[in-house]
Amino acid sequence: MDAIRTEDLTKHYRVGFWRPRPYIALDRLSLTVRTGEVFGFLGPNGAGKTTTLKLLMQLMYPSSGRAEILGRPVGDVEVRRRIGYLPENPYFYDYLTAEELLEYFAGLFGYPAAERRRRAASLLDTVGIGAERRLQLRKFSKGMIQRVGIAQALINDPDVVFFDEPMSGLDPLGRREIRQLILQLRDRGCTVFFSSHVLADAEALCSRVAIVAAGRLVASGQLSELLAFQVRGWELVMSGVTPDALSQARADREIVNAVPIDGQRFAMELPASAAPERVLATLTASGAQLVSLTPIRETLEDFFMRQVTGAQRSSNG
Amino acid sequence: MADMRIIAHVAINVFKESVRDKVLYNLVAFAVILMGAAYLIGQLTAGQDVKIIKDLGLAAIGTFGLLIAVFIGIGLVWKEVERRSIYSLLSKPLGRREFILGKYAGLALTLLVNVVVMTAALYLVLGYMDAQFTEEQKSVWAAPALDAGMLRAVALIVVELLLVTAIALFFSTFSSPFLSAALTFGLWVIGHFNADLRNFENIVESPVAAGLARALYYLLPNFAAFDIKSQVVYALPIAPGYLAVTVAYGLAYIALLLTGSVLVFTRRDFK
Repeated sequence: MDAIRTEDLTKHYRVGFWRPRPYIALDRLSLTVRTGEVFGFLGPNGAGKTTTLKLLMQLMYPSSGRAEILGRPVGDVEVRRRIGYLPENPYFYDYLTAEELLEYFAGLFGYPAAERRRRAASLLDTVGIGAERRLQLRKFSKGMIQRVGIAQALINDPDVVFFDEPMSGLDPLGRREIRQLILQLRDRGCTVFFSSHVLADAEALCSRVAIVAAGRLVASGQLSELLAFQVRGWELVMSGVTPDALSQARADREIVNAVPIDGQRFAMELPASAAPERVLATLTASGAQLVSLTPIRETLEDFFMRQVTGAQRSSNG
Repeated sequence: MADMRIIAHVAINVFKESVRDKVLYNLVAFAVILMGAAYLIGQLTAGQDVKIIKDLGLAAIGTFGLLIAVFIGIGLVWKEVERRSIYSLLSKPLGRREFILGKYAGLALTLLVNVVVMTAALYLVLGYMDAQFTEEQKSVWAAPALDAGMLRAVALIVVELLLVTAIALFFSTFSSPFLSAALTFGLWVIGHFNADLRNFENIVESPVAAGLARALYYLLPNFAAFDIKSQVVYALPIAPGYLAVTVAYGLAYIALLLTGSVLVFTRRDFK
């Protein structure tokens, strides 16, 4: 059974007060997320990511098409018992403490009081909220609210979690912790569907991704399928490079670009056709020392930019 | 069938919010006004003190309650939507119907606690005043100071406040707080002059205008019906069954408004 499945999911509404005009927020989105995978839902701002999540949470109703979670229609109350959702830039009640908020949400699942307290305490530990848990949420920073948001999404030990921009507002340490948390969720069999425009997160976490732009799905699949993993060049950094040796390498067309870093240290780009060992040997013979040699591969960012620019061009044209 | 346990769970949270938002501070204001008035009136009048305090006390219970019902009622749903706290809430096993009914029940509980405390304070002040007079002085009073009959007026104030809350909640499911407040207050004012619409029907000649007045008379809530303060204070007779019919009328109206709120809210998209 698939964890999430949408078929031609479409949402359009009218915008403008005096002369309303139709706006297509999501156009025939069909995708499948398998049980137990970490699925990245990527796209620029306004691409339709949050609309998709709201349709899956039934915060909006689709204009056409359908969506299922764990084999049931999204409106099914049984589905709600088995999912968790972190909205984008979450906001909770100012007057409750983090502990009380989680206990309140746990109560909606019908857990007895002792179990509510246990779950709240354990999840606040997991997301790194310490003594602050007894403070009212109005005193919380954006990053702390984000952590509470992640905790509330996990209060029912869900089978599928939906994270809308989970890293938003977190510092580098927080981002790393949440990455680890997502991987832990995956390891215990939970399906994670997260939307993001931070591609590094998707690259580090996802087994599969979908890219949306201008309300349409422009690509989806395994990262290894989408990205060309063959080397398309090399970045060579060396120190003590003499001008003569550099000119010679340029003349031999073994270097396409060389940028001075400081003094005689250079970052050089080698074409895929060049043999890095030969360039390295030539430059080393002239007295230069190797600092680093890195293969250049297509990144998710390159792929994303190509897809999104193409989609935007076709929707404008 | 609505899940009563979930409704109660949401309601308690609304009550907690009101308490922490210092809504109950109005009780202090009420007590200060009542005690201050009792002292001042005691200095100025003779014999009429108790009537004035009863009048003032019941009017204050109604007014404080009205302010709470409107100003919290209009924000009940709007605030959750505007601040997006509703997103995480509705992704839980909480139906939109339970959400609306829970919000309503929470504010109703807040109002009830308010009215009970204010009524107790009123009786306390009246009890104090009662002790200041001789039996001879008391013999000219229309009703005793600690007249239990006053509770009938309080009961109708409660139903009126519950109705105002239902109106405010209904408007807050689809409009801004400012508009909701204006509409709720507007209905409350018109509802107090509802009897005039009935008379208007007899005065105008145009059958269209008369029909419209009649339709509005039946359609708009008749708030004047809930006001029996004068009858209670002056110990005037109240028709048998009046209380029961008026309470039933109020509850039926509330049920209609809550159904309307649920219908509007369950169809709403949160963009």
